[in-house]
Amino acid sequence: MQTYDVAADGLRGLNATLQAQKQETNQTRWEVVNPKGSHAIAVGLDAPIDVTVKGSTGYYCAGMNKQATVRVVGSVGPGVAENMMSGTVIVDGDASQYAGATGHGGLLVIKGNASSRCGISMKGIDIVVHGNIGHMSAFMAQAGNLVVCGDAGDALGDSLYEAKLFVRGSVKSLGADCIEKEMRPEHLETLGDLLSRAGSDARAEDFRRYGSARELYNFDIDNAAAY
Amino acid sequence: MCGIVGLFLKDKSLEPRLGELLSAMLITMTDRGPDSAGIAIYGDAVDGQTKLTVQSDNAEEDFASLSNDLSEAIGTSVSLQANDTHAVLLLDGPRAGAARQALAELRPEIRVMSDGDAIEIYKEVGLPKDVTERFNLAGMRGSHGIGHTRMATESAVTTEGAHPFSTGADQCLVHNGSLSNHNVLRRKLMREGVQIGSMNDTEVGAAYLTWKMQNGASLGEALESSLEDLDGFFTFVVGTKDGFGVVRDPIACKPAVMAETEQYVAFGSEYRALVDLPGIDNARVWEPEPATVYFWSH
Repeated sequence: MQTYDVAADGLRGLNATLQAQKQETNQTRWEVVNPKGSHAIAVGLDAPIDVTVKGSTGYYCAGMNKQATVRVVGSVGPGVAENMMSGTVIVDGDASQYAGATGHGGLLVIKGNASSRCGISMKGIDIVVHGNIGHMSAFMAQAGNLVVCGDAGDALGDSLYEAKLFVRGSVKSLGADCIEKEMRPEHLETLGDLLSRAGSDARAEDFRRYGSARELYNFDIDNAAAY
Repeated sequence: MCGIVGLFLKDKSLEPRLGELLSAMLITMTDRGPDSAGIAIYGDAVDGQTKLTVQSDNAEEDFASLSNDLSEAIGTSVSLQANDTHAVLLLDGPRAGAARQALAELRPEIRVMSDGDAIEIYKEVGLPKDVTERFNLAGMRGSHGIGHTRMATESAVTTEGAHPFSTGADQCLVHNGSLSNHNVLRRKLMREGVQIGSMNDTEVGAAYLTWKMQNGASLGEALESSLEDLDGFFTFVVGTKDGFGVVRDPIACKPAVMAETEQYVAFGSEYRALVDLPGIDNARVWEPEPATVYFWSH
């Protein structure tokens, strides 16, 4: 186990050290202490290493992650795991706005609540939130799965493309072109797998699925008068 | 961008440390707002006395015989405590209105930052570290305070454009965001007779709250109606004699974090601003909901 003290050795040094880890590194386990809410902790990693951040972080923690597992023993600020490509990010506390935004792949787990715009423009990432999510979540979400064990705020899935949304609790309102859809066996299978990988004991059968009505994909000539 | 910090003490034993804790929080928010900084601090209210905080670009000359001149003009005793470009005038009795009128005659260049029983406002252009040092904010005591670091967008970098803005006796406002309907609202308020001194959007927000309250709204009601009438992005923190309030616009893209312990309630634009508060590791930390008015008071 390697330990890095952000307060003593600085943020640039942390990211430079973690980014320098090669595919076949022997230093696979890292502990980051004294993050003190700093921004951009453990960003741009590209090696199969396991990083545990002991404390809460600021903006963009674990952004652009590839391969690595980043665990935060605390809460995270805006944009956690933004544009993640692969790997796993696990947050023990809450996440601020736009968690997992534009993520292409990998798994983001928030054990507390996520606030507004969770999964905005997601492009293939899987996000599992054990608590609730805020308004405008999955806005223009293109691919991947957003799983919410609690409730969703206003305008869920507004202008949604092909991401799949699963919510166990209530949805305050659905955004434009987002509708409830049938839960088929393949969805239950995907959902069950995600819940188990995210360490949730929720039952897939208790969720509802939401997706795109695909009404916004093409211009409808009957709406011409509205423009 | 802009940074906001706020600290409301429940535990009186922390009151001598209010300025120190708040200054450190403010300096942490420097990279959210390096243009100017300000602080509103509440403390040391004396029964029967009113405080005016005034500012002058020409302080030495303007403050020299000000207490005597003002005392003569309004017929009550006045004492003055100068602090760099600012001074606190202590008046016997509720004479803030008379003092403001007299000051406009006696020292037209002086700006009145605040009036009330407990509030003092200090704000200037410059890095938060320099502003806190020039006023020795770290040495101040009090029951609660709010601070602001400004990254200017809607108007020039001046003392007048710095936050906090006074919204009435013992009340003030700081803002992170930008209001997009401030010009039309300024014209409307000025037609109603409200005085607005600068082209700053937040001053219009402050004037709006003052106007609402002059027309009978409580501060809570004024904040609720701001959600309808103000267009744009805002996280507002307001200070009152007894406490402070927080409201975010319905989109809530301007960040906000709150922390509460047995000893205090704290606000920061980012968690970074809160990390050195005593007992923060065991505090309840959360993000205030959009379009929801929060209040804490003694």
